[in-house]
Parts: sequence; structure tokens; C-alpha cells
Amino acid sequence: MKRSKYDLAVGLFVAFGLMSLVFLALKVGNLAGYDSGDGYRIEARFDNIGGLKVRAAVKSAGVVVGRVEAIVLDPETYEAKTVLRLDPRYRFSKDTIASILTSGLLGEQYVNLEVGGDSVYLGNGDRVVKTQPAMILEKLIGQFLYNKAAENTGSK
Amino acid sequence: MNRLLEPLADLGHVVLSALARLGLVGRFFLGILAVLWLPIRRFSLLVREVYFSGFRSLLIVTVSGLFVGMVLAVQGYEVLQRFGSAESLGVLVALSLVRELGPVVTALLFAGRAGSATTAEIGLMQATDQIAAMDMMAVNPMARIIAPRFLAAVVSVPILACLFISAGIFGSYLVGVQLIGIDEGAFWSQMQASVDFRLDVINGLIKAVVFGVAIGLISVFEGYYAPPTAEGVSSATTRTVVVSSLAVLMLDFVLTVWMFRGLS
Repeated sequence: MKRSKYDLAVGLFVAFGLMSLVFLALKVGNLAGYDSGDGYRIEARFDNIGGLKVRAAVKSAGVVVGRVEAIVLDPETYEAKTVLRLDPRYRFSKDTIASILTSGLLGEQYVNLEVGGDSVYLGNGDRVVKTQPAMILEKLIGQFLYNKAAENTGSK
Repeated sequence: MNRLLEPLADLGHVVLSALARLGLVGRFFLGILAVLWLPIRRFSLLVREVYFSGFRSLLIVTVSGLFVGMVLAVQGYEVLQRFGSAESLGVLVALSLVRELGPVVTALLFAGRAGSATTAEIGLMQATDQIAAMDMMAVNPMARIIAPRFLAAVVSVPILACLFISAGIFGSYLVGVQLIGIDEGAFWSQMQASVDFRLDVINGLIKAVVFGVAIGLISVFEGYYAPPTAEGVSSATTRTVVVSSLAVLMLDFVLTVWMFRGLS
């Protein structure tokens, strides 16, 4: 077929469109499998993860050091098993405490790593033993009310 | 006729002529669909029209998208930071662009930029009897002139909408992350966590296709039936922009209710 002068421009146009669709699918939407970037993975089990989501930040002293890669429920212990992918520049001791905190009052939840004093470092596939579950506001309020009631009956 | 019944007769006339026009549009649409195979088989016809209506709209659409995204980022940040959730800016911008603003604003821009040009072109062809001459030469003007322009709109609007949305998200990234200083990871990760490809992106594209059909149909119809005078072509062009814009906004409401009813 004879090439017209419009062919190149329209080809470019369609290619741009497809590129932006790919951008929408992978970078904006959640179609991406996962960008298997570098870093090592550690495992942490929580009693309750609250509103933690996959791809949430992992921070230490407020600095982002990794991302939450997977969250699954352990069918035997009924704990939430999370896989954290950490930046290889940072090493954490074996007795690191992982806890789930919230940034701000209504902000997103993230995993905080509190470094301990052990001289052995966590490596790929290791498990964080000490964890603190997410705070559930309803539970806290319930506990508070319960304590208050117990206090009142005790003083009388 | 009785003086008192005159307004009623006027009303009846208005309704009947509106219905007749609607019927004309419907038949015209079926006529286009019947000859739609030609621009697909003779691809160069379609390519030429996509160049004029799609490729030439590239600049206006991407630049508008960029600025819409930037404005959304500034205004969205203003409100979100009051609640300490400025990181949700990415979600706000992406969802509003992908679901609503992208398809709708692109369609409105396309109606103004390309739909009006199509109407004026076909209207002038009609006024100078080029279409009648084509008919005389046993060339079907529906297949040769109308169908490629219609199909070009259907093809171009979704592509332009994709580009508009991408440009908008890039603009909000520039303002939100680079200028204001929101955490880049949270910006993208929250966006990815809440934008669903099938539910949001695909539905947005379906909207864009529907708008493309509406604009394509309205612009070729208005041109084809434009009165063969300078004034007629001018008013047909105006009508294309007005009717397409209203049709896009109304269709958007209907589609939104249908697509996102069960949500949120």
C-alpha cells in the first residue's frame, strides 16, 4: 500500500496513546504484578494489621526504608503474615521490633522498625520476632470505658 | 384556527419537529453503520481523518491535561492538608481524572477543536454541491466522506483521553511531589492501591468511546444537513459544539450512574 504523509503522524499518535494506556495500567492502576526491584525481604507476623495495605511504607526513625510487599493470613496461627522488602543499604538487628503505626490522625498506616541491640543482622527471608499489632481505635475506646467502669465500682 | 389554541399548536410543532430530527439522526446513524466497512477496508481514508481530528488535537489536549492536573493538585492539597492526609493527593487526582475529568474534558475539547471543523468541512462540501457531484459519479458520499470522519472521532477520543489523563497525573506529580514536596512513594502507592484498572481505567475509556460516537455522529450529521448558505454552515458549526457538549455531559451522568452506582 502506498505510504501517505499522514501515516507517520497517526502512527505516532496511536503509539503515544498506547504508551499512556500502559502508563495508566502499570503506574496509576494496579495492573502491575510488582516491580521486583532490588532489596532483601524479611517477614513479620502481626496479630492485627489494621488498615495496612500492600505497598505501604516501611519506616525506621521516620525514614522510608522499604515497602510492604505482601500481606496474607496464616491459615494455622491466624496471624497476618507480611513480607517487607527493605533497601539493601540499611541493615537491622535480629531483635528489631516491627510495629504498625499511623502517620497523622487520618493518614495511612505504615510499618515502623525499631532497631534493637543485637549484633546479628536480619538477612533475606529472616523473620522479625517481636511485633506490635496495629492499634484499633474501637478496641482502645472499649478498653478505656471498661477500665473507667472498673475504677468507679472499685472506689465505691 | 382558534387564537387560544395557537400556543398549543406551536408546542406540538416544536415537539414534532424535534422528534422528526431525532428520527433523521437515527436513520443517519444506521446509514453510517451500514457503510462503516469502507474506512476499515480502505485504511488510508481513516488515517487521513485521524490525522486531522486526532493528531492535530494532541497539543491542546495534552497541555490542557497538564494544567488541569496541576490545578487539581494545588486545590486538592489545600483541602487535604487540613486533614493531615496530603499523601492522598495522588488518589484524588487520579480518580477524578480517570473516572470523570479525563473523558469529559477531552470530549469537550475535541468537540470544539475537531467536531466543529468536521461540520464546517462537510457543510461547505454540501453547500458547494461536492457531495451531490460525488453521488453523480457513483461514489457513495456516506462511505467516502461521512463514515471515515465518524470513525476517526470514535478512534481519536479514547486515545486523546488516555493522553489527557496521563498528562494530568504528570502535572499533579510535578506540583504535588516536586513543588509542594509530598512523599513520592505515598503519592504513587496510594494511587495504585485505589485506582482499579478494570473498574476505573476501562470504564473511563468506555465513556470516552461513547463520547466519541456522540461527537462523531453529531458533527457529521450537522454538517450533512447544514443549510447550503454561509449562515447555515456557521449555525451548524455552532450547533455541533453546543449539542455535543450537552450530549457529552448528559451521557456522562447516565454512564456514571450506571458504572459507579454500587460504589462508595
